[in-house]
Amino acid sequence: MSRHVVARTSDIASGGNKVVTINSREIVVFHVNGRFFALLNRCPHEGAPLHKAACVAHLSAPEPGAFTRTRVGEMLRCPWHGWEFDMATGQSYFDPKGTKVRSYPVAVAEGRELAKGPYVAETFPVTVEDSYVIVEA
Amino acid sequence: MVLRIDCDVHPAVGGTRTTLLPYLSPHWQEQVTSRAIDGLDLTSYPPSMPLSARPDWRPEKGKPGAAWATVCNQALDGLGSSHAILNVIYGAQAVFDPYMAADFCKAINDWIAAEWLDQDPRLRASIVVPMQAPDLAIEEIERRAADKRFVSILVLAQGETLLGKRHFWPMHAAAEKHKLALTIHAGSQYRAAPSSIGWPSYRYEYYLAEAQAAQAQILSLVLEGVFGKFPGLKVVLAESGVSWLPAFMWRTNKTWRGVRVEVPWVDTSPIEIMRNNIRLTAQPFDAPPDKAGIEMLIDQIGSDRMLLFASDYPHWQFDGSDPIPPHLPPAIVQRMCVDNPLETFPRLGLTL
Amino acid sequence: MNDAVLEKTGSETIAPAGARLKVIDCDIHPSLPNRNAILPFLSKRWQEHFLAYGDHLRTPFLGTTPYPRSSPLIARRDAWPPTGGNPGSDLDFMRLQHLDANGIEFGILQVLDLFLFSQQNLEFGAAIQRAINEWQLECWSKPEPRLKASILVGQDDVPSAIAEIERCAKVGGYVQINVCPRANEPLGRRRYWPIYERAQELDLPLGIHVGGYGGHAPTASGHPSYYNEEHHSNAHSMASQLTSFVIEGVPERFPRLKFVFIEGGYGWVPATTWRMDQHFERFRSEVPHLKRKPSEYVRQNFWFTTQPSEEPDNAGHLRALIEWIGVDRLLFSSDYPHWDFDDPRFAIRTPLTDSERTKIFNDNARRVYKL
Ligand code: FES
Repeated sequence: MSRHVVARTSDIASGGNKVVTINSREIVVFHVNGRFFALLNRCPHEGAPLHKAACVAHLSAPEPGAFTRTRVGEMLRCPWHGWEFDMATGQSYFDPKGTKVRSYPVAVAEGRELAKGPYVAETFPVTVEDSYVIVEA
Repeated sequence: MVLRIDCDVHPAVGGTRTTLLPYLSPHWQEQVTSRAIDGLDLTSYPPSMPLSARPDWRPEKGKPGAAWATVCNQALDGLGSSHAILNVIYGAQAVFDPYMAADFCKAINDWIAAEWLDQDPRLRASIVVPMQAPDLAIEEIERRAADKRFVSILVLAQGETLLGKRHFWPMHAAAEKHKLALTIHAGSQYRAAPSSIGWPSYRYEYYLAEAQAAQAQILSLVLEGVFGKFPGLKVVLAESGVSWLPAFMWRTNKTWRGVRVEVPWVDTSPIEIMRNNIRLTAQPFDAPPDKAGIEMLIDQIGSDRMLLFASDYPHWQFDGSDPIPPHLPPAIVQRMCVDNPLETFPRLGLTL
Repeated sequence: MNDAVLEKTGSETIAPAGARLKVIDCDIHPSLPNRNAILPFLSKRWQEHFLAYGDHLRTPFLGTTPYPRSSPLIARRDAWPPTGGNPGSDLDFMRLQHLDANGIEFGILQVLDLFLFSQQNLEFGAAIQRAINEWQLECWSKPEPRLKASILVGQDDVPSAIAEIERCAKVGGYVQINVCPRANEPLGRRRYWPIYERAQELDLPLGIHVGGYGGHAPTASGHPSYYNEEHHSNAHSMASQLTSFVIEGVPERFPRLKFVFIEGGYGWVPATTWRMDQHFERFRSEVPHLKRKPSEYVRQNFWFTTQPSEEPDNAGHLRALIEWIGVDRLLFSSDYPHWDFDDPRFAIRTPLTDSERTKIFNDNARRVYKL
């Protein structure tokens, strides 16, 4: 595992995402509710690209018709068969222990801290004025 | 006593102007006689059709299953059962007038209590209810609730609307409260075609479609959230076949995994819900032809609690004196004859 | 900690399917980029009708299906072409995303746009029928020979269906005749037999793809509340059509006719067949025209496409299911670009031998469609 600078925080609009390749793995970084989440860009079911997922609320219902929404935008619905995954943990709704998307630790760091290293960002220029998204993968 | 509980036996109603007449209210007595409201045997089961009665169970005259003594002799003594649950399949469930339906259903239940249950302590019965008007159905359930010999509520698989819909919930609440199972039996009110493809030519096809009608009811009950609201409710599919169950459960689960946002109150897998709340009578079974196939199917069902022993008397599902489908593992047979009926119908009041 | 899960679908980088297996995909949905793209294929009279009155189908909504689907236009969310237009409407993008990426040797087209099978106005239906069949050749089969067109016919106007079959047969290039499983009547009934007679003579399989607006509710007890239920009713309509064909004696009367059931899944096939057999003796006197047990017709005349593939948690259970149906009876299909798409690399999750895999993913379809 090493730390990779993958984007300026301002590169990923709120509600949007960015796909990056780290060690030939596609990883998707989501920005929602002021937080960043990094997941392998591949659904564990049949492999759909998760950057095309619908970002939806965590939906439950204490009884029929009582739709209860929390953590709006922090659940992924797979672009193919609609399996739902928690962006924060990668856990699926229907089988949180057994069926997950691989998730990676994410941090935000200021450019001036990054100047101290160590990090990997061969193709990514870092300046002290900006803040950056760091994925550990 | 060795218990062996037959969960699906059919007594035959002679007619509204004969068998039921003494049990009808004065108004409906006058109506049925002055207007000849009779002939309500269901199109689903013409008495003369081979399936409707095994040749050796056909009486010289009259309808098969019409006389309690013969039924007890043939279905209980003849098939080695200790008890039998009577399910009356008759047109009272299909008439359009809700008040007529309610009075006919009440008459059937009174008749069953007086002329069957009172005659032989081995008999139990399902309450016939007017589904045309759920509030009247609940009245009938409450009227019977004190009589523990009624162990379930009987409805037809092909009804006016699906059983999971909200207007039926008060009925499910009553069923749960009184520990009455809900028995969904093959048969049709003839409101809609038996499947989305339209009206088939042959009774053979119609009968086959009963399995899908039953499946549609289970989907409705599960997806509308009935078992979340009423977790104690047990639903019995009677005479609907069994072998379709695994693939049906897989498909339900698969679709739910992807589209559960539509029904977020279903928060455990439909397969689990079905294994907990759904029971099936084992005649007919519609089994694969070989032993290995049956064993695989039982493994796929994945629960030994879902099957209920039944003869479907007098319907002609099997020959000989053993209603148990061939090749079932002994542990399954033991459970389906005793433990499962006792769990499903707690009002049976029987202990091992 | 997540590694175990990734293992379930293989390594993190995936070899293209084509590297391993040539696939014949029996269910690909091409789309019009937009509704009006059909206009060039219609006469002036029907262009005017189309623009003024549009479809007349037995369904409540003009702009969508009666049960809202899982995703916009039933499509995979990644299937919208970058060039614009609806999913399935851009051939180049289809090549890139599916045909090339998944090693598709041949794909059989199934058109659902402007659902001609269920048009209430039969003359309009006939015009759409011809337009769609021409459009398939012009815009798909000609530019991309891997894609094979089907002759879509509105089964409830038999004379016009027959005329269209004759026209298309003369033109050539079509590999099957399609009717719809939610017709006005069950498809086994005699009014439809002239279509089957012609199909047998032309040695074209009869394709039956789920869907349609025959006017009957999805269940015997009316309309359910949810798409989850309506989606399941597709399997029920297929099972009912199988029984209708067999019990009405269609394969008895047309023994060389090949039936292909498309997008109904296949989990229901064994139990439906066992059930037919189980009750055959009891009902035999009602259907004396049947000379053999129902299962024998199923084994001889019927094929089933695999999508949406069954997904029991236990792979052995799926294996048993496939053996019950017969490895020879299954045809792989992806349903591209729809949301319940099956990826040829990962769908059908049970160990299969190379020869079984080749049959399901290629050889069976090659034989049925004579590719
Ligand atoms: S590929 Fe993601 S749910 Fe199937």
